[in-house]
Amino acid sequence: MRRLPRSFKRALWVYHVATGSCNGCDIEIVAALTPRYDAERFGIMLTGTPRHADVLLVTGPVTRPMRERLIRIYDQTPDPKAVVVVGGCGSTGGVFYDSYNVRGPVDAVVPVAVYVPGCPCRPEAILDGVVKAAVELEKLERSEVSA
Amino acid sequence: MNNESQKITTPRQGKTYTIPIGPVHPALKEPIEFSFELDGERIVGVDIRPGYAHRGIEFMGMKRNLIQVLYLSERICGICSISHPLALTQAVENAAGIEVPPRAQYIRTIIGELERIQSHLLWAGVAAHELGFDTLLHLTWKVREKVMDLLEDLTGNRVDYAIPIFGGVRRDIPAAKGDLAHAVLRYYRDLLQGLMDAFLEDKSVEMRTRHVGALSRGDALRLCAVGPTARAAGVEKDVRQDMPYFAYADLEVRAITPRDFEQEPVGDVFDTIIVRLLEVAQSIEIVERALCEMPEGELVSIPKVAALLSFLKKAEGEGIGRHEAPRGEVFHYVRLEAGIEEPIVWKVKAPTYSNLMAWVPKFMGAEVADIPIIAASIDPCMCCMDRVHVADRSGRASIRMKEELIRLSREKTRRILG
Repeated sequence: MRRLPRSFKRALWVYHVATGSCNGCDIEIVAALTPRYDAERFGIMLTGTPRHADVLLVTGPVTRPMRERLIRIYDQTPDPKAVVVVGGCGSTGGVFYDSYNVRGPVDAVVPVAVYVPGCPCRPEAILDGVVKAAVELEKLERSEVSA
Repeated sequence: MNNESQKITTPRQGKTYTIPIGPVHPALKEPIEFSFELDGERIVGVDIRPGYAHRGIEFMGMKRNLIQVLYLSERICGICSISHPLALTQAVENAAGIEVPPRAQYIRTIIGELERIQSHLLWAGVAAHELGFDTLLHLTWKVREKVMDLLEDLTGNRVDYAIPIFGGVRRDIPAAKGDLAHAVLRYYRDLLQGLMDAFLEDKSVEMRTRHVGALSRGDALRLCAVGPTARAAGVEKDVRQDMPYFAYADLEVRAITPRDFEQEPVGDVFDTIIVRLLEVAQSIEIVERALCEMPEGELVSIPKVAALLSFLKKAEGEGIGRHEAPRGEVFHYVRLEAGIEEPIVWKVKAPTYSNLMAWVPKFMGAEVADIPIIAASIDPCMCCMDRVHVADRSGRASIRMKEELIRLSREKTRRILG
């Protein structure tokens, strides 16, 4: 049997922040957690609070009132942490690029580790994004140890 | 959000206190802010502050050409991602006088109903989760994947199907795909009774939802509730029945109320579960009939996109489009002017906008533990609904009252009419 890579040494807990998304990606995130895609077999679990989370899944283009909340949620998440942007509008602004009420994309507000493109992205892509975030987290941990 | 009359009717025993819920809260899938006034565990007052998901879609739409607006309308909401384009295409076809071929009408009906199946199953799962019954969440979402697969097979995408275009649809449903659809519908037909038993015969579901978040028929009418929220309260209201469009006139759709389950409507959460599950059965029947009765013929009246765009540029007039989305009536209004590619006015009224006020009587007198399920009972969709957000130049938001809104809208009407 092949051994799991080091990135899987712990279960990743994920917190989902909707910053004015259209619900498309949000529903696909829930779909990724339910039996067809079953993210929990990798130990990926949705938590109720950012204080327990390793990964922030951010959807939506960051509307004006949600900008401050997103920053607060990011600050409440303990280090090391990785932000995964789910969806095209969070990655680049997407179809909402010229809105008067959008302060995004997400990387204009908080540092982002992984971008998952798609409008909306498929559950497989979201799982792939979270697994990539696990690798990023491992890198962060290693740099913390060496520092 | 004036609920003074409600506050007076609920007796207060001691001092009340206020708890905020949201905008970011594990019980809420989307950002919205509640402020509950509590007397012990009882809710005696509620204020709702929406606006966190407002993206200014109507404003953006008025700067883009109509085909771009169609794709933007799809992204108003990712759960009812066909309802908004269906209402918008109807509005534009109404304004520009475009005919839709009969086969396209049937395909629109089929995709619209498959979306209702998907959305109601999704809601049932979320409702089970809010009750703390996660086994049922996983069960319903597991069976929901079948209709998602079918939608992907028919349209090429799980969400945001991009099927309607002004004057028709963009993809056909060939016979082989029709057989596939029949197989999936048979799967749901066999499974539905089990799902209904799991929800409606389960003691714990009944105890958590019976007489919780009740909405009287009078309140539903007074507050203009729509969709399953109104139907659960016994209001026989359904756009597909009242003003048939697409192929619905041929398919004889009837509004479903808890009376179809041999129960007198109370309008509580249990009734909304009954209505939504029965509507899944109804949608299965509609799609099966539509697949069999679908006529042969053209898919779209103006096939070339460039020709369509130049036709729409020349079009002048105003039009409305209504569609019975899974959450209730969605209404689009457009006004076109000759020589201008963009719509001059685009107005969207999403079902949650009508159902929002139904929250107030539903929450009154309930307990704190019931907040998540009552909030979920209207199947809220903030991203559809969040529209008005007034801020001054420093970024401070302000609240506009009814009189001021009426004055502003009258001024705007005068401005548009010149």
